[in-house]
Amino acid sequence: MLNCRQATQLMSESQDRPLAAGEKLALKLHTLMCKGCRNFEQQLPVIRRIARRY
Amino acid sequence: MPQRHEMSRDGQHAARPELLSEELRRQMLRFARLQLKDAHLAEDAVQEALLGALKYADSFKGQAAYKNWVFAILRNKIADIIRKNQRLIAVSSLGSDEEQDPEALLFNRSGRWHREEMPVRWSSPEASFEDEQFWTIFEFCLDHLPANQGRVFMMREFINLESSEICRELELTVSNLNVLLYRARLRLRECLENKWQLQGDCSC
Repeated sequence: MLNCRQATQLMSESQDRPLAAGEKLALKLHTLMCKGCRNFEQQLPVIRRIARRY
Repeated sequence: MPQRHEMSRDGQHAARPELLSEELRRQMLRFARLQLKDAHLAEDAVQEALLGALKYADSFKGQAAYKNWVFAILRNKIADIIRKNQRLIAVSSLGSDEEQDPEALLFNRSGRWHREEMPVRWSSPEASFEDEQFWTIFEFCLDHLPANQGRVFMMREFINLESSEICRELELTVSNLNVLLYRARLRLRECLENKWQLQGDCSC
C-alpha cells in the first residue's frame, strides 16, 4: 500500500511518463482514501498550465 | 517602463514581430538567468537568440510562432553554454542538505502528510491567469526554488522539453531528474497554496 510520499512521487512521474497499470491501480486505491493526495493530483496539471501560460 | 504595444480587438499584438522584442527580451532574460545563474551569460544568450530570430522575422505570421521560434533558439544557446561550462553541469549533484529535501518538512516518518501541510482544494485557478498579482506570486515562488529544481522545472514545463532531452543536455539520470521535478512541484505547489490560495487579503 502506498503512503502519501510515494503516491505524490508517482503522481509527479505521471506528468513525465505513462504509468504502468499496477501503478495506476495503486494510486487509485490511495487517492480514494486520502483527500490531501486527491487535491495534490488535481493541482499538478494546474501547475503545468500555469508554467505554460507564463 | 516597457513600451506598450498596440493591441488588436482579440488581444493579440498588432505590431510586427520584431517590434515585440522588448517585451520578449524581458521574458527571455528571466528565463536565461534562471537557467544559467549568470547575468552576463544570460544577456549574451538572449542577445544572440534575438539577433538570430530577427533574420527570419518576416517569415512568421503571428506573435506565437515568432515567440516559439525565439525561445527555441534561446534554448539551444543555453544548452550550448551549459555544455561549454562544466561548472554549470553541477546540476547532477543533488546534495543531501535539508534545504534540498522538502519531503522531510511535508511528510511524517511513515510518509503521510503532516496535518498542517496537507493540500487543500484550490478554487478556480484559471480565473487568476489574467491577474498581474498572481504572476508576481508565481515568479516569487519560482525564484525561491533551489536553482537546480527551478531550472529543470522550467525546461520541462515552460520550454516543454521531454525528460530524455533534459537528461541528455544536463547529463542527469532519469531518476535524478524525477527527484528534481518532484521536489520542484512539491515546493511550487506549497508556495502557491500559501501565497495565493490561502491569502484572505490577496486580490487574486
